[in-house]
Order: sequence, then C-alpha cells, then structure tokens
Amino acid sequence: MIDSDDFVRALKDTGFDFFTGVPDSILAGIIAVLIDQRLYLPAVREDEAVAMAAGAYMAGKVPAVLMQNSGLGNCLNVLASLNLIYRQPCLLLISWRGFQGKDAPEHLVMGQTMTQLLDTVGIPHRTLSEQTLVEDLNWTAKTFMEKRLPVALLLKKGTVKGLQP
Amino acid sequence: MRPEEGTIPSRAVAIKAVLDLLTDQPVIICNGFPSREACKLADRPTHFYMIGSMGLAPAIGLGVALAKPNKKVIVLDGDGNVLMNLGTLATVGALKPKNFIHVVFDNEVYGSTGNQPTISRIVRLDQVAKASGYVNVERAREREDVTYEFKDMLQKDGPSFLLVKITEQAEDVDRVPLEPTEITRRFMKAIE
Repeated sequence: MIDSDDFVRALKDTGFDFFTGVPDSILAGIIAVLIDQRLYLPAVREDEAVAMAAGAYMAGKVPAVLMQNSGLGNCLNVLASLNLIYRQPCLLLISWRGFQGKDAPEHLVMGQTMTQLLDTVGIPHRTLSEQTLVEDLNWTAKTFMEKRLPVALLLKKGTVKGLQP
Repeated sequence: MRPEEGTIPSRAVAIKAVLDLLTDQPVIICNGFPSREACKLADRPTHFYMIGSMGLAPAIGLGVALAKPNKKVIVLDGDGNVLMNLGTLATVGALKPKNFIHVVFDNEVYGSTGNQPTISRIVRLDQVAKASGYVNVERAREREDVTYEFKDMLQKDGPSFLLVKITEQAEDVDRVPLEPTEITRRFMKAIE
C-alpha cells in the first residue's frame, strides 16, 4: 500500500500544483495530506472542480481533480462541452468504487461501466498500482502535455492509504 | 448604492458599460447570448467565451483567480446559468478570492432558448450571494449604476457580486466566430 504522503510527494514531483475535488473514503488519506499542506481547494460538485481546474490550467497551473467515480457522472457535460473541445487538460484522480461488484448498491453500475464510459467519451485512463507508481504518474503527465486532454488515473481501494487502511 | 429607478438597460448596454471599464483583465463569459454579444461589442484576447458547460463560468473564473491572485478576474454570467450551479456561489464565498468579480445579467428568462421564465424573479440571487459570503454585493438597474458599482468593485477587495437587472432584449448576433481551441490558446497567451 502506498503511503498518502509519498503519493502526494510523487504527484508534486510529477508537476501537479493545483488540487481540488470532492472527497471519497478511498481518497481520504490523500486529501488529508493536501489539506495539511494547504494545497486542497474544496469544491461542492465534481463538475465545478473540473471547471476550476480548467481555469487554473489556463492561468498556468497543472491541475489535479479528486473524485469518487459517482462524480464522473456529474462531469460528463463539462468534459464533453469544455475540456474535450477547448483542449483543457487535467488529471482526474478517480476512486474506483464498485470494483468487481463488491460495494454498496449505488456504486455497482458505475463501478462496472466506468472504463467503458471513459473510452466512449475519449478520456485516456490507467489504473494505479503500487509497483508502477512512478511510471503511471509519468504516463499521466505525458498524456496531459501531449494530448491536452483530461487523463484519468483510477484508484482502487487499498492502493493508497485511505480512510480505513 | 444609488437608488433603483429609471431605465432598465438591455444586456448589451450593460455588458458595454462593464467592458468599457476593463483593459487587460481576464474575463470569463458564460454561454449563450452573453458571449456572442461581448464578442461583437469588444472582442479581446483576454475574453474566454464559453459555448457550452452552462453554469460553470464562475468555477472557471475561480480557477483563474486562485492561480493569478494579482489579476482581477471578471465573470460575466446570467440568471439561468447561476441557478444551474448555485453551489458555486458557496464555493466562492468560502474560498473568498479578493480578486474575483461576478457580474450577473438577470433578465429572468432563458434567453438563448426562447425566453422561458427562470425562477430569479422569485429567488433573489444577490441575497443568495450575500448569504454565501461574497464581500461586496450590489444590485443595479441603470447603466450609470452598473458603471458606478463596477468601478467601485474594481478598486475593492472581493469577492464581489453585481446583479444587473436587464430587459429580455437580445442583440442580433452571430455565434462566436472562433474555434474553442483558439479561444483557449489566445486567452492563455493574453493572461500569461
């Protein structure tokens, strides 16, 4: 399991310097570190967070947005009618609730269809693993810079220390 | 604040009153007629014209304002837009960027889709902004009020909220003649 401090350090080393989002238990450890470092700007909805990230990107920042995958549903319009057509990239750090059908009922549909949804909309994605942390983050930065599109890094429960380690 | 009486300007008149007071400040303009009218009245590379993502103009402006604390960032918005994402008023009120000015042109209708009524006739958006934590909140009904209040807000620490009550009149304007990627590129260069 990756320590939250190490993960935030790796994000910053990769170049990310603007953090916003809406919490999830899987992301709780990361958000706690970001709050502790006064780097986290809380949003009330995930599409709002993505739009804040778009503004920050245009003002020179390299933004990351944290959200539960249910929030991806809230983001379809902003991704389709802002980021993808205006070419405004951000890192989407998405917790994978409902992975392999093991979660509360409200997470099962999105848990099963999230990667297809990202493929359909045209958002490159990869699932984070402890063994390939640096490689995964370098891939996000490279895709971000080259394609100028949002890029999603999916976090399963237990990859980074969360609320219940 | 000046008394609320006299002629109510059209949105184009109100937008012009605001743009006349600006030079190189970043301006985020919501989708629909406001972007088209602003583009026709005074196109500047510092304008970010939205063509979609309704309701998110202040969120984009907030991102710019937080990343560029030394520039005053202006958001030109509409009542239908604000109502779609009232939560962002709370986010702005909580994060309190001093360099953020939110101007809402309120015609009480969805003007870009055929003037269906919004609920801003009933819900006082300026009071919502005040309760959300905007520092300066004003309401304008005349062109001179728009000029007076907006000039004042440019001098003050925000976040500021200016509600401009306007008529339903829209200009006969074309779509913004720029590709979205070009809007991004030139806005980024202009506010560097």
